[in-house]
This record gives sequence, C-alpha cells and structure tokens, in this order.
Amino acid sequence: MNVKATLLASAIALTPFAAMAADMTIGFSQIGSESGWRAAETTVTKQEAEKRGIDLKFADAQQKQENQIKAIRSFIAQGVDAILLAPVVATGWDEVLEEASDADIPVVLLDRTVDAPDSLYLTAVTSDLVHEGRVAGQWLADEMAGEPCRIVELQGTTGSSPAIDRKKGFEEGIAGADGLEIVRSQTGDFTRSQGKVVMESFLKAEGGENICALYAHNDDMAVGAIQAIKEAGLKPGEDIKIVAIDAVPDAHLAIANGEMNATIELTPNMAGPALDALEAYFADGTAPEKWIQTESKLFTSEDDNQAIYEMKKGLGY
Amino acid sequence: MSATTPSLLKRITPQLIILAVVLGLNVLVFPDFFDVSFRNGRIFGNLVDVFNRGAPVALLCIGMTLVIATKGIDLSVGAVMAIAGATAASLVTEGHGWGTALIGALATGLLCGLWNGVLVAVLRIQPIVATLVLMVAGRGIAQLITEGTILTFNNEGLIRLGAGTVLGIPTPIVIWLALGTLATLAVRRTALGMLIEAIGVNEASSRLAGINSRVLLICVYLASGLCAALAGVIVAADIKGADANNAGLWLELDAILAVVIGGNSLLGGRFSIVASLIGALIIQSVNSVILLSGMPPEFNLVIKALLILAILVIQSPKIGHLIYMLRASGPESLPERPKPAPSKAPGDSTS
Repeated sequence: MNVKATLLASAIALTPFAAMAADMTIGFSQIGSESGWRAAETTVTKQEAEKRGIDLKFADAQQKQENQIKAIRSFIAQGVDAILLAPVVATGWDEVLEEASDADIPVVLLDRTVDAPDSLYLTAVTSDLVHEGRVAGQWLADEMAGEPCRIVELQGTTGSSPAIDRKKGFEEGIAGADGLEIVRSQTGDFTRSQGKVVMESFLKAEGGENICALYAHNDDMAVGAIQAIKEAGLKPGEDIKIVAIDAVPDAHLAIANGEMNATIELTPNMAGPALDALEAYFADGTAPEKWIQTESKLFTSEDDNQAIYEMKKGLGY
Repeated sequence: MSATTPSLLKRITPQLIILAVVLGLNVLVFPDFFDVSFRNGRIFGNLVDVFNRGAPVALLCIGMTLVIATKGIDLSVGAVMAIAGATAASLVTEGHGWGTALIGALATGLLCGLWNGVLVAVLRIQPIVATLVLMVAGRGIAQLITEGTILTFNNEGLIRLGAGTVLGIPTPIVIWLALGTLATLAVRRTALGMLIEAIGVNEASSRLAGINSRVLLICVYLASGLCAALAGVIVAADIKGADANNAGLWLELDAILAVVIGGNSLLGGRFSIVASLIGALIIQSVNSVILLSGMPPEFNLVIKALLILAILVIQSPKIGHLIYMLRASGPESLPERPKPAPSKAPGDSTS
C-alpha cells in the first residue's frame, strides 16, 4: 500500500519529468542468480526503473560472460538508450564496450568493475569493500571506548577480494584504538554452516569468556556463529559483541532480537545512483565521476530492525 | 561368531593407530583438547565437536562403503544432501510437522538413490558417470526447491535433529552411531555383506552363482541416497536453514576419502563400515587440528593435504612390506616367513 501511495505521489509530483523519462529504454545485463544479494539487486533495479518510468530490458546471463556479451550486442541492435552491466568477470570486455561506444550508448557498470579503458564506460557504481571493513572496525572501537577487547574474526573465502579487503579495512578501523586485538582469524567460507563450525572451535580454543567481540566478513557466517555461541551457553550480542557486513534480512532480525550488534549494508540499490547519473547525463550532458561509491550504511540496535527486516524480506534475499 | 571381535579389531588396528596419532596432534596444538564438560544441557568439548561435526561425512561413508564394495562410486551424495535439506526445509515452512519433513526428505533421498541405481544396474552406465549426472543437476534441483534463497525455518522438532541433544549427547552423534551399528549388523549378521562383496569382486560370476546383482546394486545406491538424505537434514537443521548452494559441497570427496582411509579398496570387494567410520573421524580430527592450530587460513588446505598424504603413505602396501622387512631383519627377531594362521581349518590351504 505504502509503496503504491509513494509511487502515485511521485508520479503526480514529477509528471513532466516522468513523461520525459518514460521514453527511455535501458538494457540490464545481470550475472545470474548466484546469491540472495544478487536476487535482491535485480528486484531493486526493476523497482528503481519502474519508479522512474523507464522501460527496463532484463537479461540473465546465468554466470556466463558470453551470454552477457550476446545480451549487450542485442541491446545495441535494439537501439536502447543506455546499458547497465553487472560484469561476471573483469577481463574481456573491450570489444563489446567499443561497439556500444561506437553506437553512442553509454554503459554503466554495477557493483563490479572491469579491466578496460575507462573511456569505454560512463561510470561504475560499486561499494568500497575496504571502507565497509573500516566502518565495522570504527564501530567496534567506538563501542569499546578505550576498553581492551579480544576479537575473533571469521574471514570470507580465502583469497577472494571481499575477504582480503574487508579484513584490511577492519584492521585499519581498529588500528587507532588501544587494546583491541584480533586473537583468532579463520575462514568460514562465507557460509552459515562453516561460520558455526569455526566459531565453535574459537569458543573452545580461546574460552568463551575470553572473547569480547566477533567480526564476520558477512552476515551469514555471523548468523551461524550466533547459534554456536548460544549452544555454548553464552549470550550473543551481550557476552560477545557481533559486527558483520551485508545487512541481509536475517541480520536485521538478529539485531532486533538483541543477538547481534551491528551490520554494515552492502546496498542492493546500485541501480538508483546509476539511473540518477544517466538521467543527469541525458538531461544536460553532465558526465558523472568514473566511480560512484555507494553508501556503506551502519545499522545498529538504534534502528527499527524489525521494520527493515519486513521490508527487505520481499526483495528476494 | 566368537571370532568376529578379534578379527574386526585386527582389521581396524591401523585406522585406530592413525586416529590416536591425529588426536595426539590435536593435544599438541591445544593441550586441553580432551576436556569434556557439561554446559547448557549438553556435553561440551573439542572431542565432542569431532564426533558431532564428523556426522555428515560419517553418515555419507556408510552408504559410500557399500557402493564402493560393489566396485561403484556415488558422486551425487553432496547434491542429494542439498536436495534433502531443501525438501525438509520447504515442507516445514509450508506448515507440515517435522516428522513429515523428515520422511519427505528421506523419500527424496531414496528417489535419488533409485535414479542412480537404475542408471548403474539396469542401463549399465559406468557408476562414476551415472552419479555425476545427479551431482551436477542435484544442486540445481535444490535451488529450484529453495527458489535460490537460504530457506530458514523455526520448527523445534526439525532443529533438534541437527542442533539438539539426546541425554546430553548431540543428536547427530546418536544418529550416526545408531545407523552405523544398524548397517554393520545388517551386512555382517546376514549374508548381505558377503553378497555385496561378491558383486564387487566379480559381478558376472556372482550372477552365475545365483545372486540377483541387479536388485542388490539398486539397493546399495538406495542406501547411499538414504544416508545422504539423513546427512542433508542434519546439516540443514544445524543452521536452521537449507543452503542449496553450500550444503554438502565437496562432501562426496571427503566421504570417498574416509572410505579409502578406512582401508577399503576402490576396486570393490571386502569392506568394513567400522573402518570407514573411523576414517571419517580421522578426517574430522585433521580439520580440528587446522582450526585449533590458529594458523592463517591460507594454510588450511595444504596442511590437510599433507596430513592425508602421510596417512595414505603409511597405509600403502609397499610401506607395510618395508616395515615388515625392517623388523624381520632386526637382530632379535627370527628370519622366518609368516606361517598360515593357525586358526585356519586344515582344508583351507588347498584353495
């Protein structure tokens, strides 16, 4: 109901603008359904396009680059106004991007970048993984306010760029605070079950009462770890503070239940800033910056997590 | 049957020694390894974790041992776990009870087993290829069931199967010990085990000897599917959600490894479920060493590979022969050849 009302209101308020945008056709080449987050990104992109009255042509590449290249070529053939691309890999895009550039169709990259000259795309909208880690680290440093804290860390898949960057960012975030140290760090492969298994071993190796905080590179591992902490007879969120990244619905639920303390959002709304940039570009030709950084918003128990959970649940996470 | 216990003990001695050594390594990196306490209504300790976390592989290797004894292999067990977990989760989220969910999941496992069994036994497709089909397709099926998300649930009965306790002992431990005992009794107290071994040694002659090899082959794949389904339900219940992408991922390899560490030949024939189960415990103990050592995660797979390599080298027949020769050439021992076992009946030697 609410959404409808807002849509109606914005449609009335922005009638001349919406009428102009209604002519716009945009192609969106999505990687595929590799994770809940990506499903949410697809949903939000469709919502954002609908809100602006844009005709969105959606192509699911099923994790294959050749499908994405085919989709882009077909978008060019259809004469779309712009293309959104969430690239599955970083390399091998030069040729197809040149074709788009020759056809004067601007391309905006979503949530990942490519190894191609930046003249070949309009802009890239991504989050800053290091920054996300830094926000998590700073939150914990502020929370401890000078008191010492022994931290255990659940890393993402070894060698993956989110794992490397979120670790680096967190270490930067706690660098200024005395007494904060990471005593154990092990990979939980970004999964719930490994998060739980590794947390169990942390609890035994360090002793649950000697662990003051847990930092997990994603919410899924934190949710698994919460169960391990409960089974060990401790109170997650109180005895052990928990901060993680992504802000998936289940993390909001855990914060609402007092079992988790903070999560940093990796927003699925990459399309919003991208479409804003495109609209500005078409309106008066202002070229955006080559990199648009999305906000890494911090959610704590001060937010209405139950409401956010209800809202995010329907996005397909 | 009085001879069973000593001969079983002799059969699993190498595995027991290896398990003791790996557990010793655990104590080395973490001195309080054997501490077991009672906390929050359950026994709590690293050794308990080894038994609890080893449950999925232990369950898988029960079925896998039987399949491998027939000279087959079942690569689909990891995917079947994902399908069964997804089935159970979707049934409880639709409002069914945990009993229905469990039965539904096990039925799905049996169906997967039947598929594999028919491909192998009736259509005569090589087991490694036949089960590869479901290994690849299964995860997709599981994702169709969960619609690509982690399907979470709050059904207490189902959660108890993975995260609950029976008399203070985590349920998964009770389940795999019970199923292991049941399977061992079923194959050793009846002729079933021998018939399975006969198929593995020579299927054509076993058929000529009157064994209905087709039905028996389908049955071992059914058993494997059932074990995998149970493991899948436990894994899903443990995290209160079915993760179609990751549940049971690569566990088929751990299960095969457990069977091999258990001293069973991949070429079929004689098998021991007990030895395979100890193999599963050895693998989990190796994982435990890695977690407790506090080494950076970049070393995980290398350490695991080195330990597994060491275990397999020690078990290799060549090394066994070498050790025997070294002992035989020692100054104290007599340089005589091993005699036939004295307990053998006189007629046996003429075979």
